[in-house]
Amino acid sequence: MVDVGTPILQAPTAEGAHDQHMVLNMGPQHPSTHGVLRLVLEIDGEIVVRLYPEIGYLHTGIEKTCEAKFYQQVVPLTDRVDYLGPMANNLCYCLAVEKLLGLEIPERAQWIRVLLTELTRLNSHLIWLGTHAMDIGALTVFLYTFREREDILRIFEAVAGQRMMTSYFRIGGLSMEPPLDLFDRIQAFIRTFPEKIDEYSNLLTGNPIFRNRLMGVGLLSAGDAVALAVTGPTMRASGIDFDLRRDMPYSSYEKFQFKVPVSNRCDCWGRYEVRLIEMRESVKIIQQALDGMPGGPIKADAPKIVLPDREKMKTQMEALIHHFKIVTEGFNVPAGEVYQGIESGHGQMGYYVVSDGTAKPHRVHMRYPGFATLQALETMCKGRMLADVVAVIGSIDIVLGEIDR
Amino acid sequence: MLDGLPDHPAVKAILDWNSEALTDALFDRGELTLTVSSEKICEAVAAVKDAGYNAFEDMTAVDWLPSEPRFQISYHILSHRYKERIRLKTWVDSSDPAIESITSVWPGANYYEREVFDLFGIRFEGHPNLRRILLPEEWVGHPLRKDYPVEGYR
Repeated sequence: MVDVGTPILQAPTAEGAHDQHMVLNMGPQHPSTHGVLRLVLEIDGEIVVRLYPEIGYLHTGIEKTCEAKFYQQVVPLTDRVDYLGPMANNLCYCLAVEKLLGLEIPERAQWIRVLLTELTRLNSHLIWLGTHAMDIGALTVFLYTFREREDILRIFEAVAGQRMMTSYFRIGGLSMEPPLDLFDRIQAFIRTFPEKIDEYSNLLTGNPIFRNRLMGVGLLSAGDAVALAVTGPTMRASGIDFDLRRDMPYSSYEKFQFKVPVSNRCDCWGRYEVRLIEMRESVKIIQQALDGMPGGPIKADAPKIVLPDREKMKTQMEALIHHFKIVTEGFNVPAGEVYQGIESGHGQMGYYVVSDGTAKPHRVHMRYPGFATLQALETMCKGRMLADVVAVIGSIDIVLGEIDR
Repeated sequence: MLDGLPDHPAVKAILDWNSEALTDALFDRGELTLTVSSEKICEAVAAVKDAGYNAFEDMTAVDWLPSEPRFQISYHILSHRYKERIRLKTWVDSSDPAIESITSVWPGANYYEREVFDLFGIRFEGHPNLRRILLPEEWVGHPLRKDYPVEGYR
């Protein structure tokens, strides 16, 4: 048995002013903790002296489960990690395994992946905006953002048959050709969406309560952001200009024109501004994807890895054999290790897949942005008012499913 | 082992720091993996940090039971300047698995090392708060080890 160490928050001692401090428990069932995050706070009056996040309430051992599944069976598991951005999870895992296999993905599949991943980002940001504003006290925005989120979920349902746990991206491409009117539906959605962003902005940007609760709150310097492995919009709001989509492109992102918003404010307001602009940029990417959508196949030409089309399976002996073999035995992946990073709605997501040459992964490690960002919470809240903790948790956009895995 | 690699800034940084500590280098599937000896991991990490690999991204372990040394520890480090990622790798054997903590170089490795401690049972010397992070404190065993059953102990 290994020593588990001493608790971070000792009982108050009688030395100096320390005995004035109070230890306060917040969560795991607190409405502002976005799930089951528990914070242990040491407070001096209303000032936060120390803050200690206690996580693990949603731990399901998903990385262990992956080791017992075939490569293709892991895809549905990934949906459940960051349950607000299912397509991004699918994409990251599939890209990692495709890199191990050395598979070439057809252009059309790559573009549809970009299209749907950007919709996922909008979905994720809409939930962030709604819940963040609700934490601050502006309830209306929540109802508005969930109205638009519903449209996105309907698109997901049309494309994958599922609203949240999509599993639409498969190793080697997509599970099936999207329905005929899908692109028209997405076009209709993004035609009106920029006005909706204006609507949210009108409700919040000029709102004095919202401004005062966010401006100058939750300061995180650029140095601290990098040192604490903070990524994504939170890092860009601290003045670091780095986005994996632009700087280390994957899935043909290099063919799209978009700006990466950066703010030097380092506070919650900066994060709010950065995410709002990111939503507008996502709309631009979606528009480009719709305009230039190439034709062609949606699955890689690898019959031993990619499931055959239904029609072929029923008419061709060879396709039937491949189908049977893939489903019952999986496919062997050459030994090696790869790390694939993508920019999800919350920051840099990464899948580290180690193969030992068999049909089941030897190890799947998931790097999710929320886990690292949570480390910076104490830096952002220390010496500030207790009520600011709520604003800061909202601004870093955490999902406990991805933190606990 | 270093064919075509010596010009790489990370390889150069490691060679300049201590060429004997670098035990293997591999460029596979577009990713550079440098294996260093486990006693010197903290210095190696500091050396690549000085060479421009400024952002710690990820760290985890892999259990290679029954081979020895049993645990592989991988650090993924990103460079905002070179727009590139490297993997530092090291090996820890199964009798009293322990390695130096890199939290002095990157405080952001804190949770990652606690996670590896929790799920693999590898100790990190010099870690500021080495406790279980995802599982309850009274949990017995380390689930991501290969000899731990997938269904858990009943």
